[in-house]
Amino acid sequence: MTIEEIENEIVEEFQMFDDEFSKYEYLVEVGKNLPLIDEKYKTTEYEITGCQSKVWLNAELIDGKVVYSADSAGIIPKGIVSLLLRMLSGQTPEAVVNADPISLFSKIGISELSMTRSNGLRSMAKQMKLYALAFQAKVNG
Amino acid sequence: MNTNTNIAPTANFDVEKIREDFPILQTTVHGRPLVYLDNGATAQKPLAVINSMVEYYKGYNSNVHRGVHYLSQKATDAHEAAREGVRAFINAEHTHEIIFTRGTTESINIVAHSFGKAFVNAGDEIIITAMEHHSNIVPWQMLCEERGAILRVIPINANGELILEEYDKLLNERTKLVALVHVSNTLGTVNPVNDIIAKAHVVGAAVLIDGAQSIQHMAVDVQAMDADFFVFSGHKLFGPTGIGVLYGKDKYLNAMPPYQGGGSMIKQVTLEKTTYNELPFKFEAGTPHVEGIIGLGAAIDYINAIGIDNIAAYEHELVAYAVEQLSTIEGLRFIGNAKERVSVLSFLAGDIHPYDIGVILDKLGIAVRTGHHCCQPIMDIFSIPGTVRASFAFYNTKAEVDALVAGLLKAKQMLS
Repeated sequence: MTIEEIENEIVEEFQMFDDEFSKYEYLVEVGKNLPLIDEKYKTTEYEITGCQSKVWLNAELIDGKVVYSADSAGIIPKGIVSLLLRMLSGQTPEAVVNADPISLFSKIGISELSMTRSNGLRSMAKQMKLYALAFQAKVNG
Repeated sequence: MNTNTNIAPTANFDVEKIREDFPILQTTVHGRPLVYLDNGATAQKPLAVINSMVEYYKGYNSNVHRGVHYLSQKATDAHEAAREGVRAFINAEHTHEIIFTRGTTESINIVAHSFGKAFVNAGDEIIITAMEHHSNIVPWQMLCEERGAILRVIPINANGELILEEYDKLLNERTKLVALVHVSNTLGTVNPVNDIIAKAHVVGAAVLIDGAQSIQHMAVDVQAMDADFFVFSGHKLFGPTGIGVLYGKDKYLNAMPPYQGGGSMIKQVTLEKTTYNELPFKFEAGTPHVEGIIGLGAAIDYINAIGIDNIAAYEHELVAYAVEQLSTIEGLRFIGNAKERVSVLSFLAGDIHPYDIGVILDKLGIAVRTGHHCCQPIMDIFSIPGTVRASFAFYNTKAEVDALVAGLLKAKQMLS
């Protein structure tokens, strides 16, 4: 599936909830289901700065696709990073570089997430793109 | 808790009536009534404060201390009446010892800069504590680096209280200044400033008290305390942002060089040499924050009308109730259990990240602060990523405490 198709799928899922609090309850459930990251990646080297809860992110290039794994000390950031992973993990570096993953959050009705400096959504998306850029350079180089 | 146990809440303290004075308390957040428990970050403003600033701009906006015309005289009178209001509020000896600044942070920076230039040399020592806000750490680190001075730190115990035996050991004839917080913004601890100041004076050191979190909760008497400097912000005292106070004993302020050069702070300027104005103007270069000063004056008038002792007594009862109710939540632990504490409660619930709790409470209309509260050293001492902080003001109610407890139970159920 393309990033856009996955994004539409997530938007549909969140449409099942009509009030904001329920959307957050769902986001928490999504966060709880995020597969655990290998403990060796939970170091400052993999830490994303700008988040109030620590977030760790790793990326690998497997068969030309970027595969991300991530974890956070907080459940809501885990939910956020889970949705980012679902959209971007397994895509080509080019697709990730050209994507606008942050727009998802206003579409699912929890748009203020992208405004607050404390959750680091922008930092997460930026770091994911930086990994993709590096892989793109490597593939093209 | 609050030490003023000898004062009983007065019968005429009507919190519901007081809440009507604060328009923002009638608003809703995410479709729910606002429960504002982030007063340690900034306090809400009563109509009297808002109106005082509107009236200034509508009726007598003009520059102060300059014009001979009617409006300037009127603005200058209001401006200086506010200074006198601040003096009386903290019982300073002289009105000229009240310097208007941008806030607590700028007040501390002025002292670090100007006291530092006049009194701090290589090998001298400055003492702070492990519970300081970053704004009472960094200016001293910068000064020490610049002057070759040494920064010493009074440690804290597991309850979040200063270890005073260590303070006694740190004091010596090289100590030039002791800078500490009156009430911790993270732990709520009330420090025994009178004793700390008396001991510093024994070795001839000056003492700066950061009153950002005490001025709104208890009566402050800088003469009884014998503080050499006392600093606070207007916006945490129900006044506007961008205005603060530096109180300093005139013997120090007169001996300190100006912080900034410009208009107002001069007596005579020639292209060769400038002589500086007298206190307080020596430290107030440029056009001041007139509407902020008038707003701060109105805030102090408003507090005086209620009575700071009535406020302290009411908050004492409210915070005791909050501690009791929060303690019923399984797995909740307070960060900071000082015997002397006011109006700030920091806590964690099980191993749930404070950020998650803050987001869920927000969706329920409850505003708290989460994170390190600009006190990273405290977080390091307790080995925690941050806390949830509920900080109270005299317009908060027991019903709001109940809403906080219900919100925390809901968040716990969701997040565990």
